[in-house]
Amino acid sequence: MLAFIIRRLIGAIPVIALVALIIFCLLYFAPGDPATIIAGDLATPEEVQRIRVALGLDQPFHVRLGIFLLNLVRGDLGTSIFSNLPVTYLIGQRLEPTFSLGALTILLSVVVAVPLGALAAWRARRAVDRMALVISVLGFSVPVFVVGYLLIWVFAIKLAWFPVQGYTPLSNGVGSWLSNLVLPTLSLGMVYIALITRITRASMLEVLSQDYIRTARAKGLSDRAIIWRHALRNAAVPIATVVGIGVALLLGGVVVTETVFAIPGVGRLLVDAILRRDYPMIQGVILLLASIYIIVNLCVDISYAIFDPRIRY
Amino acid sequence: MEQPVLSVRNLTTSFARDGLWQPVVRNLSFDIRPRETLAIVGESGSGKSVTALSIMRLLPPTNSRTAGSITLMGRDLLRLPDNEMRRIRGNEIAMIFQEPMTSLNPVLPVGYQIVEALMLHRGLSRVEAEAETVRLFDKVRIPAAKSRLGEYPHRFSGGMRQRVMIAMALACKPKLLIADEPTTALDVTIQAQTLELIKMLQAEEGMSVLFITHDMGVVAEIADRMLVMYHGNAVEAGETAEVFRNPCKPYTRALLSAVPQLGSMTGRGRPMRFPVVDINTGESDTPVETPDTIARADRPVLEVRGLTARFDIRAGVLRKRTGCVHAVENVSFSVQPGETLSLVGESGCGKSTTGRSILRLIEPRAGTILVEGTDILSSDARALSEARKKMQMIFQDPFASLNPRIKVGFAIAEPFLVNRMGTRAQARDKVADLLVRVGLKPDMASRYPHEFSGGQRQRICIARALAVEPKLIIADEAVSALDVSIKAQVVNLMLDLQASLGLAFLFISHDMAVVERLSHRVAVMYLGEMVEIGPRSAVFGNPQHPYTKRLISAVPVPDPSRRRMARSISNAEIKSPVRALDYIPPVREYREVSAGHLVQSWGEEWAA
Repeated sequence: MLAFIIRRLIGAIPVIALVALIIFCLLYFAPGDPATIIAGDLATPEEVQRIRVALGLDQPFHVRLGIFLLNLVRGDLGTSIFSNLPVTYLIGQRLEPTFSLGALTILLSVVVAVPLGALAAWRARRAVDRMALVISVLGFSVPVFVVGYLLIWVFAIKLAWFPVQGYTPLSNGVGSWLSNLVLPTLSLGMVYIALITRITRASMLEVLSQDYIRTARAKGLSDRAIIWRHALRNAAVPIATVVGIGVALLLGGVVVTETVFAIPGVGRLLVDAILRRDYPMIQGVILLLASIYIIVNLCVDISYAIFDPRIRY
Repeated sequence: MEQPVLSVRNLTTSFARDGLWQPVVRNLSFDIRPRETLAIVGESGSGKSVTALSIMRLLPPTNSRTAGSITLMGRDLLRLPDNEMRRIRGNEIAMIFQEPMTSLNPVLPVGYQIVEALMLHRGLSRVEAEAETVRLFDKVRIPAAKSRLGEYPHRFSGGMRQRVMIAMALACKPKLLIADEPTTALDVTIQAQTLELIKMLQAEEGMSVLFITHDMGVVAEIADRMLVMYHGNAVEAGETAEVFRNPCKPYTRALLSAVPQLGSMTGRGRPMRFPVVDINTGESDTPVETPDTIARADRPVLEVRGLTARFDIRAGVLRKRTGCVHAVENVSFSVQPGETLSLVGESGCGKSTTGRSILRLIEPRAGTILVEGTDILSSDARALSEARKKMQMIFQDPFASLNPRIKVGFAIAEPFLVNRMGTRAQARDKVADLLVRVGLKPDMASRYPHEFSGGQRQRICIARALAVEPKLIIADEAVSALDVSIKAQVVNLMLDLQASLGLAFLFISHDMAVVERLSHRVAVMYLGEMVEIGPRSAVFGNPQHPYTKRLISAVPVPDPSRRRMARSISNAEIKSPVRALDYIPPVREYREVSAGHLVQSWGEEWAA
């Protein structure tokens, strides 16, 4: 098991290196010169050149790449061109809202969808199953921003149960932190609840027809023990895969949700950075998101081996 | 007369098909007395497994319906509420199933799967239950019981998994054990051990056994009484010895005479057809020996010399080679045109790997394979596809080896077309001709595989193999999955085709009785090596190698009067051909016993 995890970790290093290289190249070859933007419309060519030298933009490709990678290893993502603050500091400021939203959404989706899917499979083609199907179809077909504004209108404006917008840090108390996140989590979570419910149902249906489930029933186990102890772990591999994909999709989704609910997270940081051509900032955020993808995939792979003792790569 | 443990009266089980209730078990009545073994015998579709599942109430309630009464010690199971029925399952009636490989939950440790039942029904604590499980493992003779509790099912062999299932069934000292084909998926020597074990444990625990099987040999070995089922009806019931000696009903007679019997070929030189029995009258034709089909003077159609196939096992962070499966080790033989050579042996002996290596579906490590003189292993892609036309393969599972979305006519024509052997019109004629040859009708070409029965599908697979007019057919367990009467028909078909087309067969099988019936020569494989090869009459009549003897003696004899005396149960698992990296295969010597009968010299491991 340990050897397996170590091997997967070592395997992730070249992937991260490759991602760093690609991000660097993308921005190197991208049109538009940050020095011109910083200097402003009225700057003389000499001033622009001075800024270029100061930022190291006059160096050849390989030197700039070398500096970039070296700083990266030291955990230095450079300084924001716009605000002159370290990129890592700026990202750090924005991490909590995004992580809170992402983690809560996934947690909510799994907690709702897995039991719902399992129940739908156990009672296939009965009322519960049909209800789960309706929920899934709704979740799939209504876009995040529609659900979002609808929830705001009902629960924030009409009923005034939750704040309309904004974010309160966790340090200000769990209650206010949570009340700000309820609506965004719900609206963002709908599609994942739909997705995970469907996959759980399909995977459980397959497992429930297996011989060892018949053995478990022949043993006299209750329905509950059969679903939770015998079936769900066997059905877990496809579910874990989809949760992993869900986390990846979520990173795209938070950009929209953070805009709708005015949450100062990483998603908005990225949008702002792109609008300002803040190259180090863009690099930093994309690298962070890519690393999260890689780590999530790693976790999913390792979870396979935990769920199923037969899996060893 | 003692009260029966289980009493079934007028049991009728129906399944909903296309909105109609169709009975699969009709009006079945029987009793099982204390400490008695009742065998329900029948072919697939006879309703024997459905009967077992009806007793356990394990059929899905939405599309099945059970009527009649099933009384266990005075309680009618069909009228019990669900929660009380759960207290009976696994506690008073326990069940073991056919497929040990899939009947255990792969993600739970084997020990836990038994502990669970003990905690549920006997109210033991976790610690007590674990101690009890160790005792049960010892009882079913699982070696190193204590250390194996925490292991997962995939670490156990098929035979050992079936022992885990038996231990699980015995956990709560049930009054009745239902065994649904418990040994069908096991190798013969393991089957013999498992039957012995069930018999012994039954005597120890004083339980009754309902044994469901299609194998007359197993029935003769284990059952006190038997019940023959056909299409959901009870055909005949009675004392086992009496039914075997004096079967009243035509179907029973047909079933008994279709059973391949080891030793029935003594004194005969050539293969023999199975007798064909009319199910309605019970009349049987007199089987004849096949004509002499072997072209002895010709060059062999297949020559295999020094064939060796190994697979690496890798482990650890760096995927280092840690061992090697010696699947086939220095195997040599040849097959003449028109001859049947059988490769026999148990799981993991390398017989299938040998068959696949010949078609180069697997790349062997060393050796030469000549098909009509063409060296297969050094051929390039084009020469290989040319050579593959001369040999074709038939596989074990006729359900899995036909693509469900392709019409059978096209499946048969495909090898003919891809090898550019003629036009589409010619292919159509060819398909019609082949279907007739294998005993089907030409108009069946436009149907899909699911419209055919297992035996018919295997006929289609044979027709597909014949489409390229091969000289050699490699049949890998081709009749093992078929019912007895169907098996007999397919074997007869193969013999007829051999006589009319001069085909050579490499028949790979673990079924000694069928092998005896249809082979000219037999080769016995063990752990990747060939331990004995020779004419069929010599290998069966005068087996030399200890492994051959063990294999032959493990086959159940369908004759209750020749029931073997209870022996001590051997724990000998089939050994594994996985070796350390520095393993050097010993140089083997062969001794010629009589003309063409070679035996590998064996070492001390076989003393005893």
